[in-house]
Parts: sequence; structure tokens; C-alpha cells
Amino acid sequence: METKKIHTDVLIIGGGTAGCYAAITLGKEKDVKVLIAEKANIKRSGCLAAGVNAINAYITEGRVPQDYVDYCKKDGAGIVREDLLLSMSERLNEVTENMEKLGLVILKDENNKYVTRGNRNIKINGENIKPILADAVKKQENVTVLNHVNITDYIVEKNQIKGAYGFDVNEQVFYEIYAKAVLCSTGGAAGLYRPNNPGFSRHKMWYPPFNTGAGYAMGILAGAEMTTFEMRFIALRCKDTIAPTGTIAQGVPAKQLNAKGEVYETKYGLTTSQRLYGTVTENREGRGPCYLGTKGISSEQEKDLFKAYLNMAPSQTLKWLEAGQGPSQQNVEIEGTEPYIVGGHTASGYWVDNNRETTVHGLYAAGDVAGGCPQKYVTGALAEGEIAAEAILSYLQTHKEVPEEDAVKAKEKQQEYETYLSQKQSLLTIEQAEESMQKIMDEYAGGISTDYQYNESRLKLADEKICNLMEDCKKLSAEDMDDLLRIYEIRERLVVCRVVIAHLLARKETRWHSFAENMDYPDQSEEWLKYVNSRMENGNINIYLRELVTGGMAYEHTDSTR
Amino acid sequence: MSIRIRPDKCVGCKRCIEACPGNLIKLNEQGKAWIKHEKDCWGCTSCLKECKVDAIAFFLGADIGGRGSTLSVTQKGDRNIWKVENPAGEIQTIEVNKKDANKY
Repeated sequence: METKKIHTDVLIIGGGTAGCYAAITLGKEKDVKVLIAEKANIKRSGCLAAGVNAINAYITEGRVPQDYVDYCKKDGAGIVREDLLLSMSERLNEVTENMEKLGLVILKDENNKYVTRGNRNIKINGENIKPILADAVKKQENVTVLNHVNITDYIVEKNQIKGAYGFDVNEQVFYEIYAKAVLCSTGGAAGLYRPNNPGFSRHKMWYPPFNTGAGYAMGILAGAEMTTFEMRFIALRCKDTIAPTGTIAQGVPAKQLNAKGEVYETKYGLTTSQRLYGTVTENREGRGPCYLGTKGISSEQEKDLFKAYLNMAPSQTLKWLEAGQGPSQQNVEIEGTEPYIVGGHTASGYWVDNNRETTVHGLYAAGDVAGGCPQKYVTGALAEGEIAAEAILSYLQTHKEVPEEDAVKAKEKQQEYETYLSQKQSLLTIEQAEESMQKIMDEYAGGISTDYQYNESRLKLADEKICNLMEDCKKLSAEDMDDLLRIYEIRERLVVCRVVIAHLLARKETRWHSFAENMDYPDQSEEWLKYVNSRMENGNINIYLRELVTGGMAYEHTDSTR
Repeated sequence: MSIRIRPDKCVGCKRCIEACPGNLIKLNEQGKAWIKHEKDCWGCTSCLKECKVDAIAFFLGADIGGRGSTLSVTQKGDRNIWKVENPAGEIQTIEVNKKDANKY
């Protein structure tokens, strides 16, 4: 394996929504050298590959940022960081305007004001939002993009970030990258649980299947503190295509109906998890399948839906056209997805301060990897990218020293990669390992097959089985760099699985139906109005409970909390 | 759900390989793009949009209701022209202007 060694001021791992926006922000300081390492290509990588249909986090006229904080707090049943939510909410409109300047099409009324959809959404054409961001990144003279490089581990010494290791996903090249500050923006984790369509269409899922929790895993392995991994995200989606339902539910609008045609959503409540739980319960009690009631919408509305889905989830439009029946003739069947860990929708991720610095000095997190701040969606991820970038700039003012190279550690990591490339194929294949992990999580850690329910006995078995699988995966063999990428994508998901299991075990209540349906403790308890945090220490996942950071408070790291 | 790349049309420009967010498309010995991991396609259609010679089409697997129709897209200026072709060869097109925001 050839070695490439790079020194930079700032390393951004993952050029998705948050990472690209951070790079654009850092582009204003031409003296700062910035490098984005991206495992695919920033033009279409991450959550926005196919596009996005609306801006879902925006402070509409007559509302204030605190309203958005209150909405998120209610939806997360209190387990959110109000300091983080407020600093994000204060920037939502500014980043939206910046995106419009970069070329994003936003619908406006005759008075040149954005047209809103409900209290928090505005209407856009977001099909090309990712190419727009990528083009803006390319214009920054001080930003270099390394596409097709997969980062697997941080370089950390005495809880201080020094850089990261990775490899080229096509060529036999080992990357040793040193940086004064690092921003982790790799996205959340899909593919932990057996998906809705486990066969040919196994990757027809809600969250990008290529977001395999690399950023979480690297942080966990480096001993960073993580928060709220038990608040899993499960999306309510159009059946089979797993396409968004919000466009129909809020846009048309359409109600949730059971097979008898009864509107059931009002029976269970309207938070994100309650809407899902209602659907799961109606199915379990024999009143499924469940639908969004679209039958009877006008042909004009139907045509607009065809276009809207082509701009974000083209498979749904194809499905309607192929069936010869659009949503005006048949209701749209809905189902819950497998659980994901994603800090842009729920509150799972790195435990950060208001600068989005993690508990590792000089390591920042933004977007889906950063915890405590749910309902970020696109604009929240942009806002966090900007906050982190600004904080990094002031951090660099006082941290000018170039990190010292460590040839011994680098050699060890390179040898780890080379071992996979040279060892003989055992009975376990990459494909089998993935299936095995997803089956364990599905059956023992509250997947689709158990209606998302779990108990302590099952979780303990899940952990034991995941640990065994991790051991067996050390014997996986890679024929080429493409295989090596897939081995690391499994390794990182297994690490994340262990932390998810530990968090589900720790929270002894059911705070959010379906997201964390603990059958040993089926009720919500005041006692658990606290964060469940964790750190990996000497190979064990230790749980730390922390008091809530509520309105007016601001959490700051101290030597004792690091 | 996945994509089909027509070797007779592919010119080996590698644009799809470069853009795929899952690193799923590779170049074969004949210099043509092929999808190595066909079950791992997310359906984002980035490759369709990159392809200048209309060699790539997208389809739904039978497990999610696919019955042999394909979806492809060509870009003309600000317009995305989407084309659905059924097994009988009948074609339906939907044009989306990138400058028009979604109504929903």
C-alpha cells in the first residue's frame, strides 16, 4: 500500500450538508488550509443525493426561534439540549437566504416573500441542492476536496485531536492526515437493523444506506462522550418505496386512515413518534394496512405530486405510473421503517458544547452526528456547520502548533488495512456479516419484526451476539479496496450497535413510543427526565446520566466533564 | 430497486462512477460502466443525471412492486425531462423545470 501524508489546518470528514457548509464558511479565511475527506463525491453524497422537497426548519413570519425550540422539546418529550436548539434556530433563516444566493430555488409570493407550508416549512425546488453546495465549495481557494477517501479512525493523543487515518476506496493508498482541528460531519447510521425490503431492494430505505455511522464509531472508539442513542429514529413512509409522507400529509393535506377508513392519528397524538406508534398499533390490532387518504384529490394535485417526488424520491412517481393508478385513484399505503440513529431528526450523537466541540479537544461535530439538537433537517445542519466553522476559526487562534507525526501508530493502522487485504477468506463473508448484524438487531433490539419492542433479556442477548460477530469480523477478507470499504462499513455499524443496545438498556422507561419501546418499563417516568450518555472506556461502554440543560442554561465542557 | 446500464450506449466516460454516493458502479475490462453492487442502489438517480448518452435507466425490483418499467432522465437547460417506459415500449414523459419550486 502506498502512503500519502497530508498536513492541513482543518480536516472536515464527510462532505455532506453540514461539512460543505462548514467548508464554505471557512473559505472566508483564506489563510486557513481546509481539507474535506469524502468517501464518495461531494457532488451527490450524503442525505441530499436525490434532492429534498422542502425546507423543514425555518422561522416563519410572526414566529421566533424560541418557538422552534419549544416544538423540538415537545416532540422529543424533553430530552433535548435547549442551548443547542436555540443557537441553531437563530441561524435557520440566515442560512436559508444564503442558500438562495447560492442558487437554491425558493417559492415566493407576489410580495417577494417565501411561501410557507405550515409553521416551519418553506417550499423549494431542492433537486440540485447538493450540486449547488458542491459548486460553492469548489470556489473556495483554501479548500481542497479529497473525493473517494474513506476515513476510519481519528488520531488522538491525550484527548487531543491530531488528525485521522483512511484509505482510497479504489486505489491501494493509505492516508495519514494531520490537522490542528477536525470537524466530523459524516452523517448518522443506517443499516443497523434489518430493513423493510431485505431482498433485492434492501437499500430502498429512508436514510442513505451509505451513511454507516463512521463518525459515531470513530468518536466512540476514541473515548468521546455520546448522548441519547436510545432515541432511535423510525420514519413513517410510503410503503415499499420508503418515500417521504410529509409532502402528501402536510402538502395535500391528507389524514392517516386505517383499513376501515377511520382517521386514527387523533387517537394517538401528533408527535413524530406518536404518528408512527399509531400506525404500528393499528396494524398489530388487525386494522391495517394504514394509508394516507389521497383518493379523490384533483388531477392537478396528482400531477404536482408526480413532480414533487421526482425532485426527491423518484421511485414513488415510477411506482404510481407503473401501477397505472396515481394517488387520486388509490390511497397511499404507509409503514414504519427500520430504526436509524440520526442526530438531525432525534437527539443521538456526540455530546457537544454550544460551539459544537466534542469532549475531545479540537474535535467538532455538526449535522446528523451531533447530539442533543433534533429536527435539524437541512437548514439546521447548515447552521451547525457554520457554528462549528466559526468556533474552529477562533480555536485556531490559540492552537497554532502543528501536530507531531506518529509513524508507529500510522504503521499499525496501515497494517490493519493490509491484514484484511491479505488474509484468506474464512466462512464468514461481508454479505453474511451484514445480514447477521441486521437480524440480531431486528429480533433482539427492537426492530420491525417485534414492532420495535424489546426488553432487558433480549437486549443482553443482542449485545452478546454483536460482540461475537465483531470478533468473527476480524477474519473478514478483502479482495480489493472496494471490499475493504465494505468491511469498515460493517465494523463501524457494529460499534454503533453496541452503544445503541447499552443506551436502550440504560433508559428504564418508555419515553417515546416505538423509538424506544421498553416492555419491562412501558410507561414514561419523571425520574428519567435526564440524558443517558456513554463513553467507551477500556472496551466497556459506561453509562453516565446527566441533568437536563433547559431554557436559559448553557452547557460548557470543563476539565471534569471532558 | 436498481439501475440498468446499457453497454451499447455507454461511452465509458466514468461520470456515473464518479458521482454514485455508494461507490457501486465500476468500469469493466471493455471500458464500460457496470453496477457491481446492484442490490445496494439507494435509488437517488444521481447516475442518470450524470449520464450524457442516456445509457442508464432506473427500475423498481419486483419485491417493491416493479413490473418491468424503467425511468430515465435527460437534462435540457433548466429542464429535467423524465421518461417512464413500460415493457410494451409505451413512453410517458414528465417535465420538471428546475426553476419551479414544488407546490407541496
